[in-house]
Amino acid sequence: MTAVTPAPPDTAVRPAPVDPVPPGRPAGRSRLRTAAGFAFGAALLFAVAPLVLSDFRLALLAKYLCVAMVAVGIGIAWGRGGMLTLGQGVFFGLGGYAMAMHLKLADAGPGGMPDFMQLYGQLDELPLWWRPFASPWFALPATVLLPMVVAFGLGSLVFRRRVRGAYFAILSQALAAAMVILLIGQQGTTGGTNGLTDIKGFFGYNLDDPVNQRMVYFIIAGALLALLALARQLIHSRYGELLVAVRDGEERVRFLGYDPASVKLVAYVVAAGMAGLAGALFVPAVGIISPALIGIVPSIEFVIGVAVGGRATLLGPVLGAVAVVWARSALSERFPGTWTYLQGLLFVVVVAFLPGGLASLWALARRRDVGARPERRGGWLSLGRRRADRTEVPAA
Amino acid sequence: MTVLFGQLFTGISIGAVLLLIALGLALTFGQMNVINMAHGEFIMAGAYTTYVLQQSITGAGLSLAVALPVAFVVAGTMGVLLEVLLIRRLYARPLDTLLVTWGVSLMLQQLARDIFGSPNVQTRAPELLTGNVALPGGLTIANNRLFILALALAAVAALTLALRLTPLGRRIRAVVQNRDLAAVSGIATSRVDRTTFFLGSGLAGLAGVALTLLGPIGPTMGTNLIIDAFLVVVVGGIGQLKGSVIVAFALGVLQATGEYLTTLSVAKVIVFVAIVAFLQWRPQGLFTLRTRSLA
Repeated sequence: MTAVTPAPPDTAVRPAPVDPVPPGRPAGRSRLRTAAGFAFGAALLFAVAPLVLSDFRLALLAKYLCVAMVAVGIGIAWGRGGMLTLGQGVFFGLGGYAMAMHLKLADAGPGGMPDFMQLYGQLDELPLWWRPFASPWFALPATVLLPMVVAFGLGSLVFRRRVRGAYFAILSQALAAAMVILLIGQQGTTGGTNGLTDIKGFFGYNLDDPVNQRMVYFIIAGALLALLALARQLIHSRYGELLVAVRDGEERVRFLGYDPASVKLVAYVVAAGMAGLAGALFVPAVGIISPALIGIVPSIEFVIGVAVGGRATLLGPVLGAVAVVWARSALSERFPGTWTYLQGLLFVVVVAFLPGGLASLWALARRRDVGARPERRGGWLSLGRRRADRTEVPAA
Repeated sequence: MTVLFGQLFTGISIGAVLLLIALGLALTFGQMNVINMAHGEFIMAGAYTTYVLQQSITGAGLSLAVALPVAFVVAGTMGVLLEVLLIRRLYARPLDTLLVTWGVSLMLQQLARDIFGSPNVQTRAPELLTGNVALPGGLTIANNRLFILALALAAVAALTLALRLTPLGRRIRAVVQNRDLAAVSGIATSRVDRTTFFLGSGLAGLAGVALTLLGPIGPTMGTNLIIDAFLVVVVGGIGQLKGSVIVAFALGVLQATGEYLTTLSVAKVIVFVAIVAFLQWRPQGLFTLRTRSLA
């Protein structure tokens, strides 16, 4: 990713900027605002929610926040990088299964085997590929690294050969389909359709205990904030600018001497790691991971939340994802059929008529400059993106 | 040897179903760059059309014969509606067509659930299509599979002839090759788009009729097929019917062989790996339209 930057012809004439602002890094007021935003979010997640919500609701919120973590990654890969990934469920699943395998083995005790293996697989001993997951030193890093490795593998093959746009979306979706079919097919070692269920312990803590469930919630909330901070840094770095440039004009970026494939690969791999972490934390929060949670439909549902919230903003995907999963569980209990119509309609209306998502409504309401391409501007929710734009304008 | 031929034919018949579905997609994807996720639901519409017709027409053979044109028109009309109401607003954003049509497909699935109920329904196959053809060498081929193969090949032949020989076909090819030039040459491209969408969606309806011969009809029957069909289009190359034809059969045979040698689930993974490997070799698909565009 080294740039071949030819020296501008007029360097001698134009003096260097007095106070060089690193490209993309918002300064001053905007940074303050972001810090305030984070503090507000942290207070909401760590103080208000646990006080206001019942244990049951808090556990639900923990589940939604896991989906939000996936959404942060999709926001980077899709919103910033233009890679519509319809297979984030795969990475969510890899993280989830890695964690669940470890917890299952820990539940079973040393030398023990998960119960379902004798039931479906008639296995006498642990399959070879399960064994490393007995060690937390392998399993925990694997929840994040495994998805990243898979994303790196597919991404480097696909992006180097300039497979993109719809081709990439379809391939990522096919990956989700293949993974689900594989998991279901290998019932003896993966639990098949049921997945890995009935997870009781979490590193020595009993998950049935509400106190420990709260602990899991706090871990998840902390992880989400950390991912948001990471995403913000990434977006406002030089790399973030480059990623947007690749989205908007891949060929031009190539002509400038960058390698778009590497740029895209980084975003895709980061998004995969985030989804993996989300999957890993989803398991102790919900106690199950199964193919139904990671297949094509859930993979697209991740994308729905991001689209509804605002794909190119930082907070939009998070709020959108939480809103959509919350709405689903609230509405589908009472009106199971109607919710499906609503979900479809929401998706159609938002994507077709409001491509910037609900975040752009905010910007519209505040009469910000939402132009012909609303996804390029996000208003308040983008947390200082406008400032970042301005730094690119050369001093006249 | 018998086993080999048996597997080969299984593969070909999987390929025939894929081909029927992929033809319509290749048409719309190739011409308009529209990724229609609701294509699977047009298949479902074709299948339910067959089911409804069978309620009123006695004689499975007659109802099947009636179902073919009716399903074509039903699915085609749905496609035109979709194009007019939504897709034409999204031509500049191909990825978004994928998302929008997925929302539509969600709604159509629920609609099917509300009308026909969630459980799968079944149609009766005509007696003519229930038996097997015995070939020399102890080989048997199921009649329904043979029928689907014939239907797929007929669809390819009809589409090829229509594209080659009719004025409409000429206009479609012109739009595929260079939309702007076609437009300034006096071709009403939006009308051509609508007609193409009618044809492509109608083909999905035909595929739906064919699928009633193979298994139950349900609200989600399209979802899984559509991904395989998209892979066919991607690997075959955009805007090229012959690519879809070759790749559909190749993937079918690969799937059947993989299934025979390993298991169904491993075969799916093999197919996926093969596709990614293939795209390393030819990222733009088997056949491509030669253009000077940089994108």
